[in-house]
Amino acid sequence: MPAKATRVSFGEALEELGEKIPDIVVLDADLSKSTMSIKFAKKFPERFFEMGIAEQNMIGTAAGLALAGKIPFACSFACFLIGRYETIRMSVAYTNANVKLVGTHAGIGIGEDGYSQMGLEDIALMRALPNVSVVQPCDDIETKQAVEYIATHEGPVFLRLTRQALEDVNPPDYKFNFGKGVVLKDGKDVTIFATGGVVFNSLLAAEELEKDGISARVVNIHTIKPIDEELVIKCAIETGRIVTVEDHNIVGGLGSAVMEVLSENYPVKVKRIGIKKFGESGSPKALYEKYGLDAKSIAKTVREFLK
Amino acid sequence: MENSILDLKIIATKIRIDIIKMLNLAGSGHPGGSLSCVEILVALFWEKIKRTPENALDPDRDRFILSKGHGVPALYAVLAHRGVIPYEEIFTLRKINSRLQGHPSRLDLPYVEASTGSLGQGLSIAQGIALAGKIDKKNYRVYCLLGDGEMQEGQVWEAIMSAPKFKLDNLCAIVDYNKGQIDGYVKDVMNIEPLVDKLRAFNWNVIEIDGHDFEQILSALDEAELIKGKPTFIVAHTIKGKGVSFMEDNHEWHGKAPNDEETKIALKELEEQLNELLSQKMEVK
Ligand SMILES: Cc1ncc(C[n+]2csc(CCOP(=O)(O)OP(=O)(O)O)c2C)c(N)n1
Ligand SMILES: [Mg+2]
Repeated sequence: MPAKATRVSFGEALEELGEKIPDIVVLDADLSKSTMSIKFAKKFPERFFEMGIAEQNMIGTAAGLALAGKIPFACSFACFLIGRYETIRMSVAYTNANVKLVGTHAGIGIGEDGYSQMGLEDIALMRALPNVSVVQPCDDIETKQAVEYIATHEGPVFLRLTRQALEDVNPPDYKFNFGKGVVLKDGKDVTIFATGGVVFNSLLAAEELEKDGISARVVNIHTIKPIDEELVIKCAIETGRIVTVEDHNIVGGLGSAVMEVLSENYPVKVKRIGIKKFGESGSPKALYEKYGLDAKSIAKTVREFLK
Repeated sequence: MENSILDLKIIATKIRIDIIKMLNLAGSGHPGGSLSCVEILVALFWEKIKRTPENALDPDRDRFILSKGHGVPALYAVLAHRGVIPYEEIFTLRKINSRLQGHPSRLDLPYVEASTGSLGQGLSIAQGIALAGKIDKKNYRVYCLLGDGEMQEGQVWEAIMSAPKFKLDNLCAIVDYNKGQIDGYVKDVMNIEPLVDKLRAFNWNVIEIDGHDFEQILSALDEAELIKGKPTFIVAHTIKGKGVSFMEDNHEWHGKAPNDEETKIALKELEEQLNELLSQKMEVK
């Protein structure tokens, strides 16, 4: 399959699920062509609510819809959703409303639009809210199954999606297992935990490391919260060193989640790869190189870490 | 007035040409909302704010906050034509390591006054600067440009509620009422009408104008300076994509850059407009 953005896979999945699950309703805030909720909007106009550029009202309305038995998907760029954090905190999390928050345009991978449109602190913030799960799929098949899981399971969720197209990582017979990490490649010297758009680059990095005689295990963490504690500890025991890779600020994201588990259970050295500053404009490729998220840079960081 | 209306029109057309070139080289960006606000920016920067390299960071300068941050190619071109940033730099728009971020970044380029690009925040910032001006008894004025779609944000209306309370007659908001946003026409996505009535009900001095007509823009800005005790909101009716026929009033051109072929056609149109204005100028002389 050609590379596909997880936001596109999401749009397709939602369109299909709309048929099966009549309680699904979708809200968007003037970004339906970007979040891909437009597919659902066209097929089920009576169950789609265009809220205009008013994310706070969209999230609160979604909470109300959920309280009355609907399954609302509220969509915007991840950065604009977390811009209404306190509304999410009260109306969704603390109310325990069954709202599915869909934040697209994750990370510096969006490229030229620059920092203002990049979700870079969203995992950290959403992870801090009790009740809210955080899911970030890494390819088409995983996204589609994740969306179905989310739609059919009660509870608030933050789903983080990419603007950029992603290569397939999982096999065609893949089964999404909420809360469980996926070992994509085995290895004994180090484990690389990756999530979302950078899983593929982490796999490429592991191949490159193989040539240097470094055996790297690669684990895809699609459910960042609740994180697969058992697997994280097991990998630390088996490979000793741990690296985390994410297109997100290194504060509060996957790296932090992994370190929290390890420091309480089995402390080992961890190297976090992620964004340490604001993002900036540039081509996605140039940005990944500059910020160390391309396969070559990941391999280099792992090599230095293992020295 | 420092410049004739004809001169301002010539400047505006040159700015439009630069916007098209910048977006083409960048390969992405927002032509529709950049082209619709050109006359407003030119009127402000040439006749009111009179920005120069010398006053660009002067504590007493008039401020301009681009709340609709995605329109920033127009602002960068204006800053270049005013000599605040080197002209050649505008063609680094959206490239890695450039100061000219896809949306204004005050961290990278202080002349943009505030980092924007998340809609709905600029008017509050402008209000804060205006309040400080009152405390410090400064004479500077604060201008803020918003999008009509942006008017849907709740924070905008919080600022609309508070600025009259603080009697901020040094604050002038302008809405680029180009009728379009991303998902369609503003009236269909989330109608903001009756806008003038709403703003009046919130105790603003409201002036409704054609946002491409320099005489109307300048007289509205003059009036805003004279009104005491309340802020002014200029509702400027504009055309999204103004100046390039195939971009005008076409939602497709909200957020995509023209390719080389489209750029050629757009530039040809704009250069014809420029030549027409230049020949009018010859006649005047
Ligand atoms: C808070 C927020 N939500 C969504 C966006 C994405 N966005 C960028 S431009 C735009 C439409 C803006 O429409 P309008 O304000 O009318 O601007 P203009 O027509 O002048 O381009 C949207 C929704 C954003 N930048 N900020
Ligand atoms: Mg508009």
